[in-house]
Amino acid sequence: MIPLSWYLIVAAGLFVVGIFGVLTRKNLIGILMGVELMLNAVNINLLAFWSYLYPQSLSGLTFVAVVFVAAAAEAAVGLALIISIYRRRTTVNAEEINLLRG
Amino acid sequence: MTPLQIVFLLVAAITLFSAVMVVSIRGMMHAALFLVLTLMGVAFMFATLGSRFFAIIQILVYIGSIAILIIFAVMLTRNIMDAEVASLNRGWWFFAPLALLIFASIVLVLSSWSAFATLRDLSSTSGENILEFGKALTDPNGFVIPFEVASVLLVAAMVGAVYIAMERRGGRG
Repeated sequence: MIPLSWYLIVAAGLFVVGIFGVLTRKNLIGILMGVELMLNAVNINLLAFWSYLYPQSLSGLTFVAVVFVAAAAEAAVGLALIISIYRRRTTVNAEEINLLRG
Repeated sequence: MTPLQIVFLLVAAITLFSAVMVVSIRGMMHAALFLVLTLMGVAFMFATLGSRFFAIIQILVYIGSIAILIIFAVMLTRNIMDAEVASLNRGWWFFAPLALLIFASIVLVLSSWSAFATLRDLSSTSGENILEFGKALTDPNGFVIPFEVASVLLVAAMVGAVYIAMERRGGRG
């Protein structure tokens, strides 16, 4: 008998840790990991709402599936970009990537 | 305190601890391994929520492919940065209280919501109905449009990732 609030608090904690990682990591791959944490927190929330409040509805499950697809696409494109940048600049430090600086 | 609650608290503590390690540990390889631990904890939470299907999908997609992809990227982009440069930027002392503030405000807003403490005996649920879910994904009156949009997104991302990461010889690189 776990109350819904526990899931929501854990998800909020994961999301906030992800935000912190995105804002403070210097390494591009670290930033991507922060995004993955945030997406996981969203999935916990969606499944918790589905399971506690609307167990008969299928919209929650569809939403979770779409988030999974978006996460996979984001990881693939993001890592391809990181490898492409590394090939040109031999760095993955977000502070040294300033090709677009005016 | 039921046994399930104790196990849940334990797994939640491990998950949050390893999430903090993901964003704060110096070596990217260790961060990737802690990310795997976090994803395992999330899969456990999916399972306790009665969603067996997504617990398996979490392990397959996140741990089986995304985490492995991240580990590959870490190995392909290894450089001197791991050793001497600080892994967090200068603003971390500002963002840490900001993150705590966001967490506190999320919990505060949620706790004023009437359904916040909903209790439900999850052990009696039979999990999601995969057959109905699969039918709804291909049903024109159901979720066929989100399903197709997700498929197109996945194909476009795959083609884009191959194109971006491809090594061009003699061109602009």
